[in-house]
Amino acid sequence: MPEFQLFSYDVLVIGAGGAGLRAAIEAAANGAKVGVVCKSLLGKAHTVMAEGGIAAALANVDDRDNWRVHFADTMRGGQYLNNWRMAELHAKEAPECVRELEAWGALFDRTKDGRILQRNFGGHKYPRLAHVGDRTGLEMIRTLQDHGIHCGMDVHMECTVLSLLLDSGRIVGACGYDREKGHFRVWQANAVVVATGGIGRAFKVTSNSWEYTGDGLALAYRVGAELQEMEFVQFHPTGMVWPISVRGILVTEGVRGEGGVLRNSEGRRFMFDEIPDLYKDQTADNEDEGWRYTQGDRDARRPPELLTRDHVARCINREVKAGRGTPHGGVFLDIAWIKQHLPKAEEHIKRKLPSMYHQFKQLADLDITKEAMEVGPTTHYMMGGIRVDGDSQMSNLPGLFAAGEAAAGLHGANRLGGNSLSDLVVFGRRAGRYAAEFAKANKANTNTMDNEQLQSIAKTALKPFDVGASGENPYQIQYGLQEAMQDLVGIVRTETEMQQALSKIAELHARAENVGITGHRQYNNGWHTAIDLDNLLLVSEAITRAAILRKESRGAQFREDFPNKDPEWGKYNIIVKRGPDGEMLVEKRALPAMPDQLQAVIQEMK
Amino acid sequence: MAKQAMFRIWRGDAAAGRFEDYLTPVEEGMVVLDAVHRIQAQQAPDLALRWNCKAGKCGSCSAEINGIPKLMCMTRLSNLDLNMPIILEPMHTFPVIRDLVTDVSWNFRAKLTVKPFRPRSPDLPDGTWTMQQADVERVQEFRKCIECFLCQDVCHVLREHHKEAEFIGPRLLVYAAALEMHPLDTEDRVDDLRKKHSIGYCNITTCCRKVCPESITITENAIIPLKERVVDRFFDPLKQLFNIL
Repeated sequence: MPEFQLFSYDVLVIGAGGAGLRAAIEAAANGAKVGVVCKSLLGKAHTVMAEGGIAAALANVDDRDNWRVHFADTMRGGQYLNNWRMAELHAKEAPECVRELEAWGALFDRTKDGRILQRNFGGHKYPRLAHVGDRTGLEMIRTLQDHGIHCGMDVHMECTVLSLLLDSGRIVGACGYDREKGHFRVWQANAVVVATGGIGRAFKVTSNSWEYTGDGLALAYRVGAELQEMEFVQFHPTGMVWPISVRGILVTEGVRGEGGVLRNSEGRRFMFDEIPDLYKDQTADNEDEGWRYTQGDRDARRPPELLTRDHVARCINREVKAGRGTPHGGVFLDIAWIKQHLPKAEEHIKRKLPSMYHQFKQLADLDITKEAMEVGPTTHYMMGGIRVDGDSQMSNLPGLFAAGEAAAGLHGANRLGGNSLSDLVVFGRRAGRYAAEFAKANKANTNTMDNEQLQSIAKTALKPFDVGASGENPYQIQYGLQEAMQDLVGIVRTETEMQQALSKIAELHARAENVGITGHRQYNNGWHTAIDLDNLLLVSEAITRAAILRKESRGAQFREDFPNKDPEWGKYNIIVKRGPDGEMLVEKRALPAMPDQLQAVIQEMK
Repeated sequence: MAKQAMFRIWRGDAAAGRFEDYLTPVEEGMVVLDAVHRIQAQQAPDLALRWNCKAGKCGSCSAEINGIPKLMCMTRLSNLDLNMPIILEPMHTFPVIRDLVTDVSWNFRAKLTVKPFRPRSPDLPDGTWTMQQADVERVQEFRKCIECFLCQDVCHVLREHHKEAEFIGPRLLVYAAALEMHPLDTEDRVDDLRKKHSIGYCNITTCCRKVCPESITITENAIIPLKERVVDRFFDPLKQLFNIL
C-alpha cells in the first residue's frame, strides 16, 4: 500500500510562477504557514518567457495615462466580456505592484530622469509597459523568487499534484507525488491557491513548455469549481516558424513596439488593409504616422501592427492562406528597416531586444539587425480558467482560490500584451491575502484525511506501470491530441470541425485509459506525461465545447460559420462545470451589470 | 546534413550507470534537445531529463555535450560532428538523480546564505527611487542569469574539490555581485564574501565565463570586482599600517 508523507500548512499554493510566488509571499506576510508545490525547479516557470513588459499606468512616459485609460483599454481588448471588477482592480493596483517589485530588487529600464521606463504595446493607448529589455519575465520571477525564499515558505519542487482534497464541501488540501523519487505526498491546508498557468500543450504549435497541461483547471473542475471563458485561447501573432524544431517559440510584441513592421511576400504592409471599427480612431492611416508613434510622438496614432493580438494573428493567417506568405509559411517581421530612420539602429536593436537578437542568431542563423524574421501565430495564452470572485479570487468552492493565467475574468475574450505580468502580481497578491484570511477563519479538521480516497488516487496514478510496455505510448497520445486541437479548434473554427475534435478527444481518452509505462517511479518522464494526459484531455474538451456553444466571432474566437460579432452573445460568459454524473455541462451565464461609474469611464474613453 | 545521428546517452542513477546508443533521424535546424525528445518519444519513454522553455531562457536542460557543459536547447546539431556519436552526460558536479537529471538543490540552499537585498529609503515622497540607466545596466548584466548552473558545473573548486560547504561558486558570486552593485542596496557582504563564501578559492581561470550561455562576463565583471572589495578591506597594506599605528 503506497505511503503518503504528510505536510500541514495554512495556505497551499500550487504553482511557482509569478502568481504563485506573489500569492505565497502575501500569504506569508499575513501570518500564514505557506507551502508551495511546483512541477519544475524554482524559478523555471513559464513567467521567465514573458518578454515585453508589465502593464501599469505609472504615467512615467506619458502623463495622460491613468487607471481609467488602462481599465478602458483592457475592457476594449477583452471585447467587454471581462470581469469588470477585476479589470478595475487590476488597473488601479498594477502601479503599486510594479513599485513593490522595485522595492524587492527588480531593475527596470529607466527614463532619462531616472524613473521606470515604459514602452508601447498592442491595444495600450499610451506607453505603459515597464520592462527590462525583452526579458521582463525573468526579472520578475527572479525578484519574487529571491525575495520569497527569505519570507519563510516551504517549496516542494518538482512535484505533481494528483488531486485536490475535499471534506464536506470544503477544501482541505491536495495530494500528489515528487518526481525525483515517485513518492506520494499529502499537503493538508485550510486554503489552496491554484496558480498553475495555462493549457498551451493542448496545441501543436505553442510557445508554452511541457508544464502547461491545464492541471489546475482540471483539478479544480473535478472537485466542482466552475470554469469560464474556455473558448478564448490566445494565438500570439508572432512565433518563430523556422527552423521546424523551434516553431512556436515566442517573438516578443516588443519588436513591433520598437518599430518593427509586418510585410507579406509582396513586401506590402498588409496590416493597413483591415482595421477594426473599434480601433479606427486610434490607428495610424499611414506608415510615417505609425513610425512617429513608436518614437514617442504624442500626436501620432499607433501603427496597425500594434492592434490587438487576435486581430494581428488572423491577418497573418489570411495572408498565408492567400498565398502571400514566406517560404516557411509565415510573414516577415522586419525591425532592421528602422536603420532608415535611426543612425545607430544596429546597437539600438541589440540593446532593446537582446534576447530576440540572441534567439534568432543562435537558433535560426539570422541577424535581426540586418534581415527580416519569419513569424506566424503560436498558441500562447489561455484567457479562460477558474471562475473567481473579483475581489478575493475565491472560486465557487470555499477555500479554493485561483490567480494568474489559471483564473478567468480579467482578460475577457482577448488579453492585451503586458496585462498578464500585472495580472500575476495584482491578483497573486489578492489571492494570497484572502487565502490567508480564509485559512485563519476556517480551520479544517485535520483528522479527517480520508485514507481510502488517498489509496484510490495512488492506485490510479500507478496504473500505467501495471499496464506496462504493451500499453499505449503517452507521448503519441499527446501528439495526437495536439494535432487534433491545432487542426480543428485553432485560429479559424467551424462547428463541423469542432464536432470532429470532440470525437477525436473521446477516442484519445479511451486510448489514454490504457496508457502503459516501463521502468520505475524515479524521475520517469514517461509516467509524468501519462499523468498529465487526463488534464490535457479534459481542458481540450472544455475548450471545444465552449467554442461550439459560442456561435459568434469575438476576440480570440473566430468562427468561420459565424463570422460576425453578435451583440446578444456579448451579454454572456460561458461556464463549464462538472455535472452530477460526471458529465461536462456547458452553459450561458449573463454578465453582471457594470456600475454606472465604470460605464462612464468606458464612454469617456471611446 | 546527415539523415541520422547516433546519440550516446548516459543512463543510470546514483548507484550505477552506463552509456546507451540511440540512432535517430535528424533534420536541418534541430538542436540536441529535439533529438533527445524524439528518442524519448520513440525509443526510451522513461529517459529522464529536465527542460522547460526550449529557448535558452529558463536554464533547465543543462548537460555535458561531448564533454562541454551546454544547454541542450541551444546546441544546434549543425555545430556538432554527426559522423561521431554525440555523447550526452549529466552535469558532473552534482549528484545524479537519474539519466541526465542531477540534484542541483545545493544551489538553492547556498543562495539562502547570501544576505538578501536591502534598499535605501525611497528617494521620492511617493515611495519610489530614481536611478540612471548606466548604473542599472551594470547590474542588469548579472540579472540575465538563468540559473542553469553550468558555471557551477565547470568550476574546479566545486567539480574537483567539492568545496560546497565553504564556497558558493560562480553563480552565487554573480548573485552577490548583483546585490553588492545594485544602486539601491545598503547591505554589506564583504566580510561574508571572504569568510563565509570563500571567494579566495576562485583563482580566475575564467572557465565559468566561457560556458555561460547568457555570455555574462562572470570573472571580469562580477568576481574580480568583489575580490577587489575584499582586498581593499582586509589586505590593503596602508590600511593595515594605519591599524597598527
